[in-house]
Amino acid sequence: MANASIATGAPTRPRYGSMSRDRRWALRWSYFFLVLFAIFFLMPPIYMLITSLKTSAEISAATNPWWISNPTLQNYIDLLTQNQFLVFFRNSAIVSICVVVLTMSISVIAAFALARMKFWGSATLATGVFLTYLIPETLLFIPLFKMFAWVNEMFGIQLMNHWWTMIILYPTLTVPFATWIMIGYFASIPKELDEAALIDGATWMQTLTKIFIPVALPGIIAATIFTFTVAWAQFLYPLAFTTSTSELVLPVGIVTTLIKGDVFNWGQIMTGALLGAAPPLIIYAFLMDYYIAGLTAGATKG
Amino acid sequence: MAQVTLRKVVKKYDEVLAVRGIDLDITDKEFIVLVGPSGCGKSTTLRMIAGLEEISDGDIAIGGDVVNDVPPKDRDIAMVFQNYALYPHMNVYENMSFGLKLKKTPKDEIDRRVKQAAQILDITELLDRKPKQLSGGQRQRVAMGRAIVRDPKVFLFDEPLSNLDAKLRVQMRTEIKKVHQKVRTTTVYVTHDQVEAMTLADRVVVMNGGLIEQVGSPNDLYHSPATKFVAGFIGSPAMNFIPCQLEQAAGALRVRVNDKLSFPVPADRTARYTAQVGKANLLLGLRPEHITETRPHSEPNQHDFDMVIDVVEPMGMETLVYFTINGIEICGRVNPNAGATAAKPMKLRADLSNMHLIDDSTGKVL
Amino acid sequence: MADIAARNPAVIAGGQRSGLHKLMQRKSTIAFLMALPLILLIAILVAYPAGYAVYLATLNKGMTRFVGFGNFEFLFGRDTFWLVVYQSCLFAITAVIFKAIIGFVVAHFVHNIPSKGQRKWRGMLLVPWVIPPAMSTLAWLWLFDPSYSALNWILAHFGIGNIPWTGEAGWARFSVILVNVWIGSPFFMIMYLAALKSVPEQLYEAASIDGATWWQRIWYVTLPMMRNIIAITALFSLIVTFANFDIVRVLTAGGPLNSTHIFGTWAFRVGIEGGDIPLGAAVSLFMVPILAVAATFILRDITKRGSEV
Repeated sequence: MANASIATGAPTRPRYGSMSRDRRWALRWSYFFLVLFAIFFLMPPIYMLITSLKTSAEISAATNPWWISNPTLQNYIDLLTQNQFLVFFRNSAIVSICVVVLTMSISVIAAFALARMKFWGSATLATGVFLTYLIPETLLFIPLFKMFAWVNEMFGIQLMNHWWTMIILYPTLTVPFATWIMIGYFASIPKELDEAALIDGATWMQTLTKIFIPVALPGIIAATIFTFTVAWAQFLYPLAFTTSTSELVLPVGIVTTLIKGDVFNWGQIMTGALLGAAPPLIIYAFLMDYYIAGLTAGATKG
Repeated sequence: MAQVTLRKVVKKYDEVLAVRGIDLDITDKEFIVLVGPSGCGKSTTLRMIAGLEEISDGDIAIGGDVVNDVPPKDRDIAMVFQNYALYPHMNVYENMSFGLKLKKTPKDEIDRRVKQAAQILDITELLDRKPKQLSGGQRQRVAMGRAIVRDPKVFLFDEPLSNLDAKLRVQMRTEIKKVHQKVRTTTVYVTHDQVEAMTLADRVVVMNGGLIEQVGSPNDLYHSPATKFVAGFIGSPAMNFIPCQLEQAAGALRVRVNDKLSFPVPADRTARYTAQVGKANLLLGLRPEHITETRPHSEPNQHDFDMVIDVVEPMGMETLVYFTINGIEICGRVNPNAGATAAKPMKLRADLSNMHLIDDSTGKVL
Repeated sequence: MADIAARNPAVIAGGQRSGLHKLMQRKSTIAFLMALPLILLIAILVAYPAGYAVYLATLNKGMTRFVGFGNFEFLFGRDTFWLVVYQSCLFAITAVIFKAIIGFVVAHFVHNIPSKGQRKWRGMLLVPWVIPPAMSTLAWLWLFDPSYSALNWILAHFGIGNIPWTGEAGWARFSVILVNVWIGSPFFMIMYLAALKSVPEQLYEAASIDGATWWQRIWYVTLPMMRNIIAITALFSLIVTFANFDIVRVLTAGGPLNSTHIFGTWAFRVGIEGGDIPLGAAVSLFMVPILAVAATFILRDITKRGSEV
């Protein structure tokens, strides 16, 4: 019965002799391998934490790298009192929050129109949204680079080397995905619900705000988490479009400024990486179920 | 006054005609049931009355005003859906008051109407619960309550009981009838269940293939169906259709089923049927309750015959017997004590005074 | 009845009735306006640049002259380009296969244990997917450090000598794939777990009664039931992996000696850092064919399922 979900307590009740023994062994092996995989999956973040708590001297000493002899918070203190790092953090936070707000306003409204109101070309547009979601940023950054130069020539607006440019750029990655998730969620709401609202006298906008948004709240939360995670983690666009230290967002800032030539201050790098990973991890820890629901919805919902 | 009038109403989906031009006059305070098999156009008709579907051609009027282009919210109707369509994030009170709130009805007026409707439906103690916390029957009541509070010109029900289990369905059926007797609002009710149609309706509209087959009171439909479809659709077990011929012998008409079996036509029908003598494609329609066991005394037009019973189905207060004539399975309803036994011959009695003669080529009852 | 109405779009082409027509027009106008920001965003920031990339690829380095397929001809003549093609394919295909296998195995183990503990394990195992890739790759970079590698320290206890994780072409490719598998397999695990949960228990019971071994149950029940989700997850991942940037950029920056460059990172090197925008655009365009193939299959699957529902 390798695949049967084993009822709690069943293994301790040896009613069915060999069957139960088989199950017990299957369970032991499962736990054994799960522990192995968990070690593999959690090793890098744990090593980040270990390194971040060490002094530079201890890091470069030839001792057990997995052990901390003199734990210290010096790396955290150094980074968090350093103006530069706080600027990165602020840039990232503002960009991510703005992108979330922008993305969710665009995609929830558009998804409602696409899922429920149907207009000429709406089915094509829904497919288009999906295709856009499959277009990677690695394909777009070069033409965008050139387009920004052109905008500067034509309108005198310098988009290059500004952190706020990311607020315009990131939605290309987040909006198609968020719209796609929301179309899926809205499509799963029974048709009768908006018909009932229609008969009750609600306008389309009221149907959206009073019925669909509250009902699809889990989906909206999932899409929001995703948008935030994607915006926070984006690396290529800021690397290509920003260079001044004051304009960098956190991931790029840590990679480009903490690695100075050949000098790797690993204690600070790991501390920075851990702090950079913290916001998505914290959100994930609290809203894991929404996160996972959104993850499976994005790919499986037609 | 809220009569509903349909004039040559047509619904076309792309190239498919779902409703092919129906005329219907629903009078004020009437309870009308649209019944028919799935795909017959009954729900589409209801949704056109509601304004949820556009009409492709024809006119619909509510209370004398043509509402073809009027959006649902301005038609002054209320609808109860098959899956209730309760707003899951609102409690019962909010669900019921949503429409009134959108219409900017004063708060105390809303409160009064919700409480009153809740009382009618006996759901006062559920008002602060969410739909998820309610049983199927309770949700059904709330859905009706949502319709009642709006005090509309017309109630529309779209198969409201088909998600309930059999016992609850019977109970809610009575409930709906009671509510209608209290509020006396014009009601259009769609169902595929002919029992529901018969028990609830003032008048039943039988639909088939996008057309109205017959409109009439439950008893009319049952006793004088206009078409073979209605005859077969209304009543359970369904009416038996036995291929037959009409022959004239010595001034009297006889329905001949096969070489051995024929019955004289009741005298009062002779004139009506004479023209059909010798025609092909005739069916003798006889309801199961008009095939019984023999009894000591006999009324006019009752005739006994012998049959070998194939299957016996005891139902408690009666027993259904099945036998075969001309390769067609026929059902009869006999007394449980009549001693019907499978594979044994039995003497049965046909009551021809309730017979129907059907022209199978046109589907019309003659 | 009700399903007829649901199956057919509410909009009927050519409503002959003027008033209704106006109403419908109003509704579709509102809908169009609601979707307008999305349309503009896609048009200006996705569709236009994608087309613009094609145009850019036909210009000379100074972007002053049309050179037709000149950039492509130039690329075809360079060994580095063919190295990048080989590495991109190797990288994407190997990584997706391993992600799929590990994801499937881990999903099975999680599915096996009592459902009470599943949430905890699932949460733990998804952590690599949640951390920003650039950040977690930094941790791997540190684990791979030539002089202080904590991985080599562990391996030394098993008698394995110093491994040049990022220093030697073969090992560097292995490391890049390893990090990618580490980041991506949790996603497969979650998808497969969801699919496993949707296989009705009775099927396994029926298979057991028919005398199927655990392996036969996987082969004849689990895999066929999950075929769709396996395919779609793999295709998704193929696109993402093929177009990857962060991992290679942070871990090896394409080195040593271009032996880990993939399309994304090489386009960045050539286009942004090398200042040859048209050539960079030409490089990135080589991702399009494989993306298009994968997208077509995904779309076909989705529309197929859409029509079944």
